[in-house]
Amino acid sequence: MRLTCPICGARDRREFYYQGDAVALDRPAPGAGVQAWDDYVHLRDNPAGPRRELWHHEAGCGAWLVVERNTTTHEVHGVTLAMAVAEARR
Amino acid sequence: MGELVGTSPCAGVLPLTIGDVQAVEVELGHLTSIAPFAGQATAASVALEAAHGMPLPKANCTTGKEGARAIWFGRDMALLAGPTCDPAVAKHAALTDQSDAWAAVTLSGPSAEDVLARLVPVDLRSVSFKRGHTARTLLKHMNGSVTRLGPESFLILVFRSMARTLAHDLKEAMEAVAARG
Repeated sequence: MRLTCPICGARDRREFYYQGDAVALDRPAPGAGVQAWDDYVHLRDNPAGPRRELWHHEAGCGAWLVVERNTTTHEVHGVTLAMAVAEARR
Repeated sequence: MGELVGTSPCAGVLPLTIGDVQAVEVELGHLTSIAPFAGQATAASVALEAAHGMPLPKANCTTGKEGARAIWFGRDMALLAGPTCDPAVAKHAALTDQSDAWAAVTLSGPSAEDVLARLVPVDLRSVSFKRGHTARTLLKHMNGSVTRLGPESFLILVFRSMARTLAHDLKEAMEAVAARG
């Protein structure tokens, strides 16, 4: 598996660390309530198919990336800097 | 107080010559990481060029030349190797002295590419990785920096604490390449 880092280019999977679902980018407001925080911290779906995940280019440039990939076909649809995703929301 | 004797990171394990490849430790001088403050990359580059004659390198590239080189070192970061970084650059970037933190080794010879092909998961052939190109990547299991210095010559940087592992991994790969004849 190869991921195309927006900074470094196409690199081997070994250079990346897998963090999990990109839910970390959707942090609830401090007063959002127990249910919202419980969901955010603990509850994850585990679907087969298209996923949106956070990966860290640990052995490369050090950037956090949002990777869209399909776990059933192994296609990688897109890699974006997590910072760019966060800035686009502001 | 007794006389303190400086020891280089690879003392006792390098140089190595196996087949047609040499691994030699190099003394790069001062090492300073330059991390421009948010939105000040251009100003930092201008300050670096005014002080040391080369701008900040783009991703996967180096600027300058032997003795005073700026090596791209990760996202929004470069490593100045050689001179002590001019304090004027500190107005626009965070400077950190890393002089004793890295082991620096050159790998050279006709089969140097073949040796690195066994250790680095990046295509380092001259077609895609030209002189002055650099990569933050893995050397076997270590994070490191690889830069092409010439047609048959590479500069490798790893954490100083990994110097002996680097020498060991290079030795194994050099022996394996040499054994193929």
